[in-house]
Amino acid sequence: MTLQRPELLALFVLLGVITFALRASFVLLQDRVTLPASIRRALTYVPSAVIAAIVTPALLEPSGVTLANVDVRYLIAPVAILVAWRSKNVVITIVFGMTALWILTALAGG
Amino acid sequence: MPNPGRPYLQGIRDVLPMLLGVLPFGLITGVTAVGVGVKPIDATVMSVLMYAGASQLSVLALLQDGAAVAVMVLTATLINLRHIMYSASLAPWLKPLRATTRAAMSAVMVDQVYAFSLLRYRRQPDLTPNQRRNYYLGVATPLIIGWPGSTAVGAFLGAQVPPSWQLDYAIPLVFLALLAPAVTDRPSLLAAVIGGTLAWALQGLPYNLGLVVAATAGIAAGALAETQVSKKAQA
Repeated sequence: MTLQRPELLALFVLLGVITFALRASFVLLQDRVTLPASIRRALTYVPSAVIAAIVTPALLEPSGVTLANVDVRYLIAPVAILVAWRSKNVVITIVFGMTALWILTALAGG
Repeated sequence: MPNPGRPYLQGIRDVLPMLLGVLPFGLITGVTAVGVGVKPIDATVMSVLMYAGASQLSVLALLQDGAAVAVMVLTATLINLRHIMYSASLAPWLKPLRATTRAAMSAVMVDQVYAFSLLRYRRQPDLTPNQRRNYYLGVATPLIIGWPGSTAVGAFLGAQVPPSWQLDYAIPLVFLALLAPAVTDRPSLLAAVIGGTLAWALQGLPYNLGLVVAATAGIAAGALAETQVSKKAQA
């Protein structure tokens, strides 16, 4: 992390203000303003596009620990996707992914 | 619900099972924050100020990468844009309430509060404005305590965890589990595939700008695909 502590706290305040503004937008200003259909449609796809954009590089970031010349994180990624997709559950996905990571790292002698 | 105290308790009762998902998520957010070098107290402050799990985790992931501040702000804002939708659909129901009350309610508007409240308002359109407020605050109360609380516990515990546990890997795992329920149909799958592939391909761009480009392209692809699907349905 390159930010100093005051900068970091200022960033948190700024993000807090922005998030509040988004939440308060219609509830506070409201009155006959309706969200245009095109914006509403675009907003529907924000979570899937943004989360996928965050998750893919992080999931495929090599750990440097390899089994049979394949990075252990590459071995886990497809199964973790399957587990997340079937369970849709944060806890199950974390427990599976971290356990798999620790076991494979140990097997690789890492 | 004739008694105005009842909606508050009903709200608390409705949201309690959700804590099974919220508290571990808060723990992970706290652990992750100290993992990237944020002090436990600052991680807790972050949860109070932002009060939005997924966007907090995205900021932490970007802090770890040393991304530009503008990219962090853009990404957190993108993830939180859905609150505009929540705000728009709740607004008509909350209209009769005082502005200060509505401002306070906005501050604690998270996914669960929105979902439970809207469902209750539609099922019981005869609730008075005060009963609507009480139900909303009932759903919000356990989360207001639980989210910063679990972040604090995670952050203080996380400070004791050695790096060999590789807890940074929990970030993509949490996001995978959040991605799964967001992908509900073909257009949202396309949005995810385009967003994910481009983000991976554009990793070389400075300041993590690839993330913003990829997310925008994914959103556009999803919206376009939906237009195509509805055109086909009409034809």
